[in-house]
Amino acid sequence: MVYEITDLTAETKYPAKEEESLFRAMIRSGKGCIRYGCEGGGCGVCKIRITEGEYERFKNMSRAHVSEDEEKEGIVLACCVKPKSDITLAKFKTT
Amino acid sequence: MAISKTIRPGLIQLRVVNLEESVAFYRDILGLDVVGQTSDGRVMLKTYDEFDHHSVVLRHAPESGFDYVAFKVVDDKTLEELKEATEAFGYPVDVASDEQPGYGKRYGFTLCTGHRIELYAEVAQAEKIPMLVNPDPWVEMPRGMKAQRFDHLLLYGPNIAEAERYFKEVLGMFAPEFCNTPDGKRFAVWLTGGNKAHDIAFVEYERPNTIHHHAFYLEDWNAIGNAADLIGKYRVKRDVGPTRHAITRGQTIYFWEPSGNRIETYAGGYAAYPDNPQREWTIDEIGRGLFYYEGELFPSFLEIVT
Repeated sequence: MVYEITDLTAETKYPAKEEESLFRAMIRSGKGCIRYGCEGGGCGVCKIRITEGEYERFKNMSRAHVSEDEEKEGIVLACCVKPKSDITLAKFKTT
Repeated sequence: MAISKTIRPGLIQLRVVNLEESVAFYRDILGLDVVGQTSDGRVMLKTYDEFDHHSVVLRHAPESGFDYVAFKVVDDKTLEELKEATEAFGYPVDVASDEQPGYGKRYGFTLCTGHRIELYAEVAQAEKIPMLVNPDPWVEMPRGMKAQRFDHLLLYGPNIAEAERYFKEVLGMFAPEFCNTPDGKRFAVWLTGGNKAHDIAFVEYERPNTIHHHAFYLEDWNAIGNAADLIGKYRVKRDVGPTRHAITRGQTIYFWEPSGNRIETYAGGYAAYPDNPQREWTIDEIGRGLFYYEGELFPSFLEIVT
């Protein structure tokens, strides 16, 4: 299954396979709002807010970068989640 | 006899958010052997070519990153002298209380950069060691990237000029290369206690206690190519390389393990001698110094730490 990602920060859309992370979909398309990162849930560079859609977290995220409260609000590391539907996301900004 | 009072960085403990995936990566991709587990679930590993009980410990934690690095010193007398000298330098010293099977007494302290550094003299020999009589290059066929040893690490933190002074004045290391900012402040320094081009390096950084990478030694440029093939095949997240450093002249690839700690596989590098003149990099040329073939810096390399 391939889902459509609406990337509000990059102002574009790209496909994501259900078996790949949102980060990998961004890198593979070359169009995502995140261009690099550790892909291991450790560095926090790929922090995003998911505003619409279903997803599954398949790896642990460093709590140095995403708190439990943030995770409940849909704030995640793109390398640690896979899409379960079409997704709308934006790069996380602290302000 | 080592050139300085330290023989090598012999032990590193890292925090990982995804323990099982990280252990599998060190074992199957890097090619380390799992030595065992501590009673609190940390996993001990070593390379096929190391003699000591273990060299890498992975601790499952909510955040990835650096717990400590421990330097093996030449003997017990030196260890006690270094404890005194470390306290005289201004860092309070404790005796490490966490279990490291096979290891003797470890003294530890917090460096100005926020990192815990430990010193030890005694460690038991591992069960699986390289051959000693009529030795083959290896006993069991090496796996994966065929990492030969834990080689060095690069730490990021504040006030590296003081850290450099500690490693030189107390541990007796020397700095074959350095890089200053235009106003003459240390930006980066590479330090060694022997003939390796570096045992430890520091980059000036506002946030304390962060690690840029830890490195494993590979045999040669062919082994770097083999490592690159494994990165492609197993979809490992690559950072930079294969390429060459002008600094230390080593050949290299950087990538991340499954908990996001950056790893370098490193081969070659010059032999460092304490009586050789020191080499200097100006910051406007540091891109070429780090990545000689590309001649430029990469934002991921500068900005990502754990």
